[in-house]
Amino acid sequence: MGLAKRIIPCLDVKDGRVVKGVKFVDICDAGDPVEIARRYDKEGADEIAFLDITATSDNRDTLAHVVEQVASEVFIPLTVGGGIRTLEDIGRMLKAGADKVGINSAAIFNPEFIKEAAERFGSQCIVVAIDAKCVSEDGQTKRWEIFTHGGRKETGIDAIKWAIKMVAYGAGEILLTSMDRDGTKIGFDLELTRAISEAVEVPVIASGGVGTLDHLVEGITKGKADAVLAASIFHFAEFTIGEAKQHMQNNGIEVRL
Amino acid sequence: MHTAAVIDYGMGNLHSISKALKTVSPNANVIVSADKKTILSADHVVLPGVGAMRDCMAAIRDTGLDETIKQVAKSKPLLGICIGMQALLDHSEENGGTDCLGIIPGNAIKFPRNTTRNLSDNLKIPHMGWNKVNHLYSSPLFDEIPQDGRFYFSHSYFSSNVGSEHIIATSEYPNPFPCALKWGNVVAVQFHPEKSQHAGLQLLKNFLNWDGKS
Repeated sequence: MGLAKRIIPCLDVKDGRVVKGVKFVDICDAGDPVEIARRYDKEGADEIAFLDITATSDNRDTLAHVVEQVASEVFIPLTVGGGIRTLEDIGRMLKAGADKVGINSAAIFNPEFIKEAAERFGSQCIVVAIDAKCVSEDGQTKRWEIFTHGGRKETGIDAIKWAIKMVAYGAGEILLTSMDRDGTKIGFDLELTRAISEAVEVPVIASGGVGTLDHLVEGITKGKADAVLAASIFHFAEFTIGEAKQHMQNNGIEVRL
Repeated sequence: MHTAAVIDYGMGNLHSISKALKTVSPNANVIVSADKKTILSADHVVLPGVGAMRDCMAAIRDTGLDETIKQVAKSKPLLGICIGMQALLDHSEENGGTDCLGIIPGNAIKFPRNTTRNLSDNLKIPHMGWNKVNHLYSSPLFDEIPQDGRFYFSHSYFSSNVGSEHIIATSEYPNPFPCALKWGNVVAVQFHPEKSQHAGLQLLKNFLNWDGKS
């Protein structure tokens, strides 16, 4: 088998600027998404994800402009998420040079949107982002539900059933974030990742909780993810993407080096 | 001036492919166009594509570009990418069966669902990510690209029933499938060279340097 497992650094972008700190010694402007994307590309990122956390829709075009600039010089796949609500939003991002869009809340408010989007643009560019939280008590069989608004608002939707439904509706990939682990640096929720990955036919990207390179390895070997996404360990230059890939390869995982 | 035309039939991301061509050939005139005359007067033509086959073929026919592409295929170097590769075949089983351009004999079929293995073995569909490309013959398209170099793929269907003499490279998922074809002055690749970093840019450069003969 030749298909490599992917490492995807994620940039949080607000009003066209990267908001989480980035500590690269040779980067002049730590807030410039183009400069950071260029750096990740050089280090060997397999894809780059942009998450738009702009509060108002007025500034959405700013992100499209960022994507266009990045796509003009970085020739690897780009995924854009955050605030994608209409077919026009998707069309605009793809036209700017994005290859895939991540859709989260819009799918929860209107699941049919995923059908329409996949039919119009093809499943390969529709990534459904799932924010899940464990809702079962200790000792019970594990259950996870979908949360919105950064994990604050429950929906009562079972995460595994939701993933299966979204794939049936045309999602080509699942970006799975554990809201219990996000920002904790204690590792992915491996049980959740594995449960979703085994339930669906499409690739699953694990996200939320990476603090060490071993966490990336576990996401693949134990969580059965096809790709791993991380933000802070790369932004703060704790590790380079090259180091992460080398570590994965040393642990028997096929990567693109 | 050397002109490269990217055929615009209204589908998908043409920004990346045009920027990639411009990057490897800064002096070339890279045009994204739906105009028949412009396309037919270009030196090299690229048929890109993302999306589903039915809409892709409908868009190609609605814009009347099917005849233009057939003319290009008889006269100058043409590169089909991803859906643009599959569109060059006779038929695709996508969307309940779609007739394609019939330029390269063959048809696109879906990766079989894996019944013997558990999904946890990670043979996911779409086939998405960086896979190795194995050159079967030496071809100018792969000049200076290492054997088993990785390219970025994103697809659920692949070319089948293509004469082996026309298959210049294969990839494995899990069985070997054709990922680069050559039919006279027409070449086609299943992966996205415009998203495959150095190797991809080198392939595009090779294409623009190709006379369509060797």
